[in-house]
Amino acid sequence: MKVTIDGVEIDVPKGTTILQAARMIGPSVAPPAMCYYTKLKTSGGYCRTCIVKVTKGSTANPNPMPKPVASCRTEVMDGMEVQNFTSPEIVEARKGVVEFLLINHPLDCPVCDQAGECKLQDLGYENGSAKTRYEFKRREFEGIDIGDKIKLHMTRCILCYRCVKTAEQITEKRLHGVVHRGDASEISTYIEQVIDNDFSGNVIDVCPVGALTDRTFRFKQRVWFTKPVDAHRNCDKCCGKTRVWLKGEEVVRVTARKDMWDEVEEFICNSCRYDHKKKSDWVIEGPSHISRASVISQGHYEHLNELKVEAMKHQKALGFMDIDKRP
Amino acid sequence: MGRKLLIHNDKVPNIHTLEVYRAHGGYASVEKALKNMTPDQVTDEVKKSGLRGRGGAGFPTGLKWSFLAKPEGVPRYLVCNADESEPGTFKDRYLMEVIPHALIEGMITSSYALGAKASYIYIRGEYFYVARIVEAAIKEAYAAGWLGKNILGTDFSHDCYVQVGGGAYICGEETALLESLEGKRGNPRIKPPFPAVAGLWGCPTVVNNVETIAAVCPIVMMGGEEYAKIGIGKSTGTKLISASGHINKPGVYEIELGIPVEEFIYSEEYCGGIRNGKKMKAVVAGGSSVPILPTELILKTAKGEPRLMTYESLGDGGFQTGTMLGSGGFIVMDEDTSIVKNLFTFTRFYHHESCGQCSPCREGTGWMEKILKKFLNGTANESDVELLWDIQSKIEGKTICPLGEAAAWPVAAAIRHFKHEFLEIARNKKFVDVSHYNRLNKVTA
Amino acid sequence: MGAEVHGTQSFDKKKRAEIKFSDAAMAEVKEIISHYPPERIKSALLPVLHIAQAEFGGWLSPETMDYVAEVLRIKPIEVFEVASFYTMFHLKPVGKCTFEVCQTSSCWLNGAEDIVKYIEKKLNIKVGETTRDGMFTLKTAECLGSCGTAPMLQCGASFHENLTYDKVDKLIEKYRSENRLRSYTDKDYQNTL
Ligand SMILES: Cc1cc2nc3c(=O)[nH]c(=O)nc-3n(C[C@H](O)[C@H](O)[C@H](O)COP(=O)(O)O)c2cc1C
Ligand code: SF4
Ligand code: SF4
Ligand code: SF4
Ligand code: FES
Ligand code: FES
Repeated sequence: MKVTIDGVEIDVPKGTTILQAARMIGPSVAPPAMCYYTKLKTSGGYCRTCIVKVTKGSTANPNPMPKPVASCRTEVMDGMEVQNFTSPEIVEARKGVVEFLLINHPLDCPVCDQAGECKLQDLGYENGSAKTRYEFKRREFEGIDIGDKIKLHMTRCILCYRCVKTAEQITEKRLHGVVHRGDASEISTYIEQVIDNDFSGNVIDVCPVGALTDRTFRFKQRVWFTKPVDAHRNCDKCCGKTRVWLKGEEVVRVTARKDMWDEVEEFICNSCRYDHKKKSDWVIEGPSHISRASVISQGHYEHLNELKVEAMKHQKALGFMDIDKRP
Repeated sequence: MGRKLLIHNDKVPNIHTLEVYRAHGGYASVEKALKNMTPDQVTDEVKKSGLRGRGGAGFPTGLKWSFLAKPEGVPRYLVCNADESEPGTFKDRYLMEVIPHALIEGMITSSYALGAKASYIYIRGEYFYVARIVEAAIKEAYAAGWLGKNILGTDFSHDCYVQVGGGAYICGEETALLESLEGKRGNPRIKPPFPAVAGLWGCPTVVNNVETIAAVCPIVMMGGEEYAKIGIGKSTGTKLISASGHINKPGVYEIELGIPVEEFIYSEEYCGGIRNGKKMKAVVAGGSSVPILPTELILKTAKGEPRLMTYESLGDGGFQTGTMLGSGGFIVMDEDTSIVKNLFTFTRFYHHESCGQCSPCREGTGWMEKILKKFLNGTANESDVELLWDIQSKIEGKTICPLGEAAAWPVAAAIRHFKHEFLEIARNKKFVDVSHYNRLNKVTA
Repeated sequence: MGAEVHGTQSFDKKKRAEIKFSDAAMAEVKEIISHYPPERIKSALLPVLHIAQAEFGGWLSPETMDYVAEVLRIKPIEVFEVASFYTMFHLKPVGKCTFEVCQTSSCWLNGAEDIVKYIEKKLNIKVGETTRDGMFTLKTAECLGSCGTAPMLQCGASFHENLTYDKVDKLIEKYRSENRLRSYTDKDYQNTL
């Protein structure tokens, strides 16, 4: 099937979504995606950042689609024509979506473990406007404790449902979900429960923001002071192929390896993630080539200072606290 | 007097019982369809009738039925949408409460046409007592052989069940309704697939409104062509209108589509004019989601033609000068009504009812409510009007389900037609709710 | 809305062990379950939660939700997700009679605000609160399909429409003298017009 996105044509198999087709073309046309996750069935459709304009439905039915569509949940038709960054309407609409995602967001990047690898930071930087028009008190939640492995910061959650789908599809028992509704929706367990089973740690890797973070890593280092290396070990539960984050000789955290779209290549087990924090546990393959399709991190792990400068610029642009005045 | 096909017997004592309902010609459509017609013939009559969905969207029912996938060995379902929660709408409640068998008869005849062996009537939880009435009627229908195995000795068997909701407007959206029927949160599904292909438990499903299903009975009895003669153009048949607000005779009226709006509001047969000798200010013609129109535009189109109670005439002029028939929730406001405060009640409603799945609706509805609250507090600025406009435009069309639009349209329409009211509050830094005194009158009367 | 039941809320194992549907309620639950294909038993969740709420004190405690999960063979989180989504399920204790006054457009146009204020004054509570004697809880609600007979309030299964101050007085008197839990599932609903 032939589809044209922002003027670039590509041939894709039936069943391919517009987002996947755009990613095949490359970052220059690929819409940002906050909730879709290739490895999770039924993911996507929620955040609306990936919306695009279908200017021609297909060769058979050339009518445009009346409303913007979520590219992650819309399949390509033969002869379809799509506008993403080339449509001013979409750029403006996306700005709106980004603003909605940010109005209740705490914007505490300087104290957030996700800073530097946060999809929302990227998104705000690349697609947002400079200043928020929201003048009301931001939403707050009572914190709940989900164990000593994972920290939940509900105020930072964008309700992308990735962690819920991960728990359902990757782990043996889903213990958490989305409760309440509307803008009171929140991630919670049924009464206070520890989320801990063999694959539960993967919710940290899929979370696009700093809502679910690795408690065994927290506050140890900001990511840009650590060096990621690809490593492996023989593991009887998972593939054993991971990314090990080093500070000197010390393993500060273990994560799954991620591709250029910031999605994990293969899920890893909790044993690899939490229980192997000695460098000698791992066979180091070499430095990770982080080629995320993002402005603030592209290649910057090899250039730490530039990253910091970028991150600061970016936070200022969003009206965040100055990184050097952080508590 | 216009013709009535749905609630013509509503004043007959004990019409809620099978015995009386039957004595007044009830269940004749089941007899006619099962004995003398094939399922496709029933569908054809519905197509010919031009019947359009009465739940709000007005989609042609016959066409919807013809989309139903019919794979071998997979059950098909008919689901009745009795979630009725659109502010200003109470016709389905009236129909189910007063003539429950009219719905059950429609369920059987429609299920026969669709080849559905089981059907569910999803009633909003707050209507628990109505569910009891419908359940009692279903019991009677089973006992008399209208439901169950081999109805009327044919090989058509059918089971019909009632399911109650838990309190959520969004479950009126058909895919949210199906989720709820499956015992889940009422989160609308991302489409495609459409229910006609994968609906209840993944099986092909038709979802129709209570009134739509009840209308199938007269259509089968009189024939689609005869039914289509009532009304104007593509607005055929009769429609139940829920009339409320500052009128003399609020209530549920069955009208022939095509009567002038002016007649509906002012004639003694229907609303009986505006209460307390006041003048009319504005009307929300089709439930809270549709654009509000000021008196000039609800009585006459922008071209100066009389506005009629049809899908087309109410829609004339698009959203610039027109509105929609929607669910037929007709709310009339008198001259003392604050449009801003009325809008606030709508926006608060949508904020409260947003399921929270998608960001524009989850975040935008609450934001709009907060800004409108500023108007009521007298702390709003003129720029807040522009901001409201911008927010609604960024919700509209960017969401998973139409609740986003339903929340955006009332805001847009209020600003479009009554901007001066917003600006006045912003300039004076004061909000005076003049309608207050008028309302108190009725309360203490 | 908002965070009502929370992680910090305790779960009482002893209380949980005591929770069990009465025979009559269990028979109703079984009847409801029979409405769905056997592998679709989760579909019974909403109606069963209604029964549980009426049976176990007018609200859904964590123990009650856990019990419902067991009856329907689903995970407790699935019950909590659903119970917290719908407004009719109370996740905190409420009074014997909960007055839910509609506040949407048509009711507002007809004086719903005055009715709310009147009840607040009369019962000496604010919206969201319960009287000290545990008799009444006052809530506001969104359109309940009685717009033509506004203003209105719902109490349990009963709809009270065309409200006036006088009618409110009588309702309070009546419910107080009856002094029993009012549930949505009540079969002896007493609507007033
Ligand atoms: C937010 C929302 C609420 C709705 N509420 C109702 C409702 O209460 N009753 C109803 O019949 N349709 C409602 N609908 C329309 C249904 O999605 C669906 O179109 C309808 O049930 C189809 O039946 P019909 O073709 O017979 O009208 C609603 C739609 C939306 C988007
Ligand atoms: S880093 Fe991301 S998640 Fe953390 S506060 Fe900043 S924007 Fe939010
Ligand atoms: S916690 Fe993270 S992964 Fe889970 S829904 Fe929130 S943002 Fe998404
Ligand atoms: S538009 Fe609103 S109600 Fe509809 S899916 Fe999105 S959040 Fe839910
Ligand atoms: S990525 Fe498509 S809607 Fe979120
Ligand atoms: S607005 Fe109150 S019942 Fe409809």
